[in-house]
Amino acid sequence: MLRSIASKRLFSSSIVRRDTLAFIEVANGKVSAASLSAVSAAKAIGKPISGIVLGPEGEKAAESAAKIDGLSKLLVAKDAKYDHYLAEEVAPLFKEVVTKQNFTHFVTPASAVGKSFLPRLGALLDAQPISDITKVLGEDTFVRPIYAGNALATVKTKDSIVLTSVRASAFPQAELTGGASVEEVSESVESGNRTEFVGEELVTSERPELGSATRVVAGGRGLKNKETFDSIMNPLAEKLNAAIGASRAAVDAGYCDNSLQVGQTGKIVAPELYVAVGVSGAIQHLAGMKDSKTVVAINKDPEAPIFNVADIGLVGDLNETVPELVSKL
Amino acid sequence: MSSKLKILVPVKRVIDFAIKPRINKAGTGVEKKGVKFSINPFCDIALEESLKLREANKGLVEKIHAVSIGPTKAQDILRTALAKGADTTTLVDVGEEEVEPLNVAKILHKVVEKEGSNLVILGKQSIDDDANQTGQILAGLLNWPQATNASKVEVSGEEVSVTREVDGGADTLKAKLPMIITTDLRLNEPRYASLPNIMKAKKKPLEKLKASDLGVEIANRLETLKVEEPPARAPGVKVENVDELVAKLKEAKAI
Repeated sequence: MLRSIASKRLFSSSIVRRDTLAFIEVANGKVSAASLSAVSAAKAIGKPISGIVLGPEGEKAAESAAKIDGLSKLLVAKDAKYDHYLAEEVAPLFKEVVTKQNFTHFVTPASAVGKSFLPRLGALLDAQPISDITKVLGEDTFVRPIYAGNALATVKTKDSIVLTSVRASAFPQAELTGGASVEEVSESVESGNRTEFVGEELVTSERPELGSATRVVAGGRGLKNKETFDSIMNPLAEKLNAAIGASRAAVDAGYCDNSLQVGQTGKIVAPELYVAVGVSGAIQHLAGMKDSKTVVAINKDPEAPIFNVADIGLVGDLNETVPELVSKL
Repeated sequence: MSSKLKILVPVKRVIDFAIKPRINKAGTGVEKKGVKFSINPFCDIALEESLKLREANKGLVEKIHAVSIGPTKAQDILRTALAKGADTTTLVDVGEEEVEPLNVAKILHKVVEKEGSNLVILGKQSIDDDANQTGQILAGLLNWPQATNASKVEVSGEEVSVTREVDGGADTLKAKLPMIITTDLRLNEPRYASLPNIMKAKKKPLEKLKASDLGVEIANRLETLKVEEPPARAPGVKVENVDELVAKLKEAKAI
């Protein structure tokens, strides 16, 4: 089946078809929002796009992934060994698919999973990946932030296979209105993997997912302790139907889970509304939120750097102003 | 039978994390003259972890070797690494040129072979290029297990168990040596070097090599066409009270 596609590519036209392969991350049968943004970035590259889903529940995942608008084809690698997306298993598979099917571009969301396997794939293909792209200027030219978002670099690659991870907040999410043809991946790969997945502890939350939420309320050191963090931030998030984020200081002090950290080394978000409560606004935090549409800062220190990026700033004690805000929303 | 750890810790010299970098006049990069440089914070955490492994497990660690690939001045951070407790170091002097993660990993590959390392602990990313790639590329080149974004590392015999920070929480991986670990912020709190140790570090081994000595030719794949400031945000307003805040939010159609 795959051979016939490859041969069609060789003989049907003098123009070599140059295709993009997009990794679609699926969790609990649901396509991640970041993957939908990655497909939008792939569209901007301007080549036909094939998606690829992996995992023991490949078929179930494929059902929703095949609906992503912009995909002409969806490849499915259904195997228990791709559960948890171990880079040691995933990278060799992608190498095989990319080279056998002559893909010239590969995109993945810049999620923990994408960041973990993409460079390993780079090693196998002898290609230099381009991390966290925020703009596509052409097939080989991309913009990416460096120095915690304090500079934007435009880079042009000489690699024949272009590997990129996509910053989700920089691209809109592709719609689920398409209907790609589904094909099973026939390549099988002996990875020699020696890594074993032991277990995971995921934080369950009924709030919107931080990375894709349209509204985010973030708490910082000013919340003083976990009790205050919860009692101040939860009602505000509830009222705004917002995701909860935090500064590094708040996470390090144990006010909330690590995975809620917004910043250079945490999540990068760009919601419609970002409300920073008791967050001073260190460079590393701003790197994660300064592309938000409207930024509100509530801080008792009028000199806090967060006010330099806030559209609306309120100087005051968060213990009084936030409950008042909640009551007036 | 447990083999001893020969740990390799790659460290990078970067503009200090507290400094806001400025774009150079030519728009080709970031101004580096007269700017404070330090060890990349994640590399510092990687070094700390290797020192902790030695302290917590008697006789487990045979050697901690720190390596930096960078300009001649990168020997400053190697001296710091020696002062903190690294045994030996190598500087691969590549001049002022920026070296991409793929090339850095190729050089590290050679250093791993030269030093006989069986555990490489790196920072998860450097705060200048923010690539988050080198550890994973190195793991791919060596075909070793990798555990990225580590928040906890435990060694038991030949088996290493690593808890990682992932989207939505944490997971735990286990692998037999040799392997690659990259460190997240919360793995540990790096120590400071004491003055006597800084003095002693001056006598510890610092080997100087060129990339060509290791048989690696540095040919960057990416060409930086330009580097520019991100668009500035329009100045905001300060409001006096919550009522005004709510009014402004409505005005901005944010609620």
